Amino acid sequence: MKIGVLVKQVPDTATKIVLTANGRGIEEGNVKWVMNPYDEYAVEAALRLQGPLSAEVVVFSLGPARAVETLRMALAMGCDRAVRIHAETPLDAFATGNALAVAIAASGCELVFGGKQAVDDDAGQVLQIVAEVLHWPVVSVANQLHVHAGNDGITVHRPAAGGVTEVVELGFPAVIGCDKGLNTPRYPSLPGIMKAKQKPLTEQQSRDLLGGVSPHVVLQQFSLPPDRPAGRKITGDPENVAQQLVDWLHNEIKVI
Amino acid sequence: MTHGVQGGRFLVRPVGEADPFIPEELSPELQQLRGLAIDFVEGEVIPRDDDIEAQTPGVLPTLLKKAGELGLMMVEVPEAFGGLGLGKIAATVVAEGAAGQGSFTAALMCQTGIATMPVLYFGTCEQQEKYLSKLATGEFLGAYALTEAGAGSDALAARTKAVKTPDGKWYLLNGEKQFITNGGFADLMTVFAKVDGEHFSAFLVERTMPGVSHGPEEKKMGIYGSSTVPLILQDAKVPAANLLGEVGKGHQIAFASLNIGRWKLGAATMGQCKRILRRVVQYVKERHQFGEPLAAFELTQQKIAEMAIKIFLCESIVYRYAGEIDRGVAALDPAGATHFRERAKINEALAIEASISKVFCSESLFECADEAVQLFGGYGYLREYRPERYYRDNRINRIWEGTNEINRFLIPGTLMKRMAKGGIDFLTELTTILGELKSGFATVDPAVPLAVWQDQVNQLKKLVIYVGGVAVNVYGPDIQQRQQILHDMADLAIAAYVADSALARVLKLHRRDAAAAQLPLCMVTAYLARRLPELKMLANQAVANIAAGDAEKYRPYGKAVGKFLHYLPFDLVAARRDIAAVILARGEYGW
Repeated sequence: MKIGVLVKQVPDTATKIVLTANGRGIEEGNVKWVMNPYDEYAVEAALRLQGPLSAEVVVFSLGPARAVETLRMALAMGCDRAVRIHAETPLDAFATGNALAVAIAASGCELVFGGKQAVDDDAGQVLQIVAEVLHWPVVSVANQLHVHAGNDGITVHRPAAGGVTEVVELGFPAVIGCDKGLNTPRYPSLPGIMKAKQKPLTEQQSRDLLGGVSPHVVLQQFSLPPDRPAGRKITGDPENVAQQLVDWLHNEIKVI
Repeated sequence: MTHGVQGGRFLVRPVGEADPFIPEELSPELQQLRGLAIDFVEGEVIPRDDDIEAQTPGVLPTLLKKAGELGLMMVEVPEAFGGLGLGKIAATVVAEGAAGQGSFTAALMCQTGIATMPVLYFGTCEQQEKYLSKLATGEFLGAYALTEAGAGSDALAARTKAVKTPDGKWYLLNGEKQFITNGGFADLMTVFAKVDGEHFSAFLVERTMPGVSHGPEEKKMGIYGSSTVPLILQDAKVPAANLLGEVGKGHQIAFASLNIGRWKLGAATMGQCKRILRRVVQYVKERHQFGEPLAAFELTQQKIAEMAIKIFLCESIVYRYAGEIDRGVAALDPAGATHFRERAKINEALAIEASISKVFCSESLFECADEAVQLFGGYGYLREYRPERYYRDNRINRIWEGTNEINRFLIPGTLMKRMAKGGIDFLTELTTILGELKSGFATVDPAVPLAVWQDQVNQLKKLVIYVGGVAVNVYGPDIQQRQQILHDMADLAIAAYVADSALARVLKLHRRDAAAAQLPLCMVTAYLARRLPELKMLANQAVANIAAGDAEKYRPYGKAVGKFLHYLPFDLVAARRDIAAVILARGEYGW
């Protein structure tokens, strides 16, 4: 059996984001790039099944050349091989999901894990689009999973509204979105890091995979949240202060 | 000499002639190794800080075992013994990345350095087979037991005694070792003792051997969490097969291990400087006074820049050392019968550089920790904030692995030995320098990149040799007792090595990409502009001391010193402002 894992390279969440002059991207100079934290749970989930299912674990990422670092990290953790899908221009979730779905189908993977969302754009769409394109079932957000005794399917727990847990039984193939708490991702070991460079890492072109499918959404502009306006200080005797405060709250802020 | 490594030669070679390894050349894998060490310390070790410092039983050994499982102890152990067989450059990235919690750092550096290296370099095949794989995985935790109550800096004065049993199967060890790092839980200790009370030798002693025990934990100024105990040997029954190396050759093992420990201490203290600077940068951006963040004030920026400069200099020497060791090892026959002994000789050849690394990096860390307290102001004095810890925890680094004073003495001492043995031809160089003092130093070719600074650093080296020459000439063999001049010569030589390494690094970067070399260049020139006039004054005082304050005797020396290092006007404030701007924007020095 083959298990696929989808990973995305994202800026470390502590990064202070600075936009490029044209507002279409971020300045990458001081960005520390890391594996999307939710994807770490996905990698760990796949690696825990590697032995029991005698599975080959293939890790996929659609991203620029630097995404190789993240793929190497997944290989160092224990994945068997990696595929980077190169896109000449940034793709939206729809095109990304399509390209990944085609690559997954070609690889022969029957079970795919990914983080429930990426912490950069927080869109949380790619897994569902991959599943839709492949006509596979998808369960997200998973916080517990068990493989069936006969290795022919998987039980997934997901939290639902009101503190209820949904328990979903799935056969293969399937796509699973992973959440924090599913497991404790391992550190890559030193021998793992050194071995990772011998493991196969291939590259595919998104245009070859997409075969004419084009993005539905084109990014126009990023903008940073507006600075918080400075506070106002009210002075005077208590009667006066209260008068001013009521005046503002009623006439300007319009909350009373 | 098959490995071709000869330390101390930086003094007689012009800047840039050597091709030092620079951290900008680290492969992606090595950067990942460092990343792993950093992630482990931040994810597993620092969160247990309270428990570690309280010496909660089992916490530190358990963390060490975890580090072992990840491979953090196996970097330098050969693949045949379950390690990765990587070199000193790889060990450097792990050492700097694994810094951050002083007690853990001490324990890990002890394990991978002075605990493992004696077996690696001097063990028989059987000893290597038996112990290396266990040390590499952390199954065995190790310690190194050299110091005694009456034998600290004078390590060879040890009184611990080893006597062979009449049947020749055992050695019985008696004595007490002191200040043994990891001693409270170590499974294996390299113990130094005198066979028949005379012949200084090393033994591999396991905790479970009869007659081996340890005393109570010492109450220390800092690194509360690290284990520091006396080791008690009462008729300790050690198999004769556990003699390490030869009887009477223990000093070679002791000093070779210390050399490695000194470089490693340099690497780890450099890593801690980076962590301190990151914390300080965060604080000065947050803390407001007079309506502005501290980061906006000129003097804060100057201090931030000085810390960054120190880190750049530490990196330059620590990685250069590692690169030279790896280059030397690569020239050896990996399967040769004497392979590991040859490696120990390479370490010995770079003893001066190891001492420089120890002294310069530990003092840089001390200065960074001190400035961290200062920049935090009153909060820096409170236990609740990190700088109070930085300040206490770092202090030991100027004491152990040979005090910084002992290490300073070793620098001119070893140089003079090399001169006597003909390894480095200082006499020819001195003759050239004396000629140049008459004719004047060659003019600088402005077409050569950074020519002015190269010239200054070359002159600094010549100044070192000049002062050394005067001292040796006046004092003769008596110089060994003249500790102040040895100390001064060491300071000059340390600065020369640091300047040489850092400027060579900048030249290398400059050749690759002149624009990207701007910040490094700014850091090196700021260092030189501040430090060279100080060094010239130091040299001047040194020759005045040698002249015993006699104006007549001093005159020719003073005139000569005056000809070195003409003052170059330099806007130090502006340079440091530029450096600080980059560091503040980046939020840290970076790894």
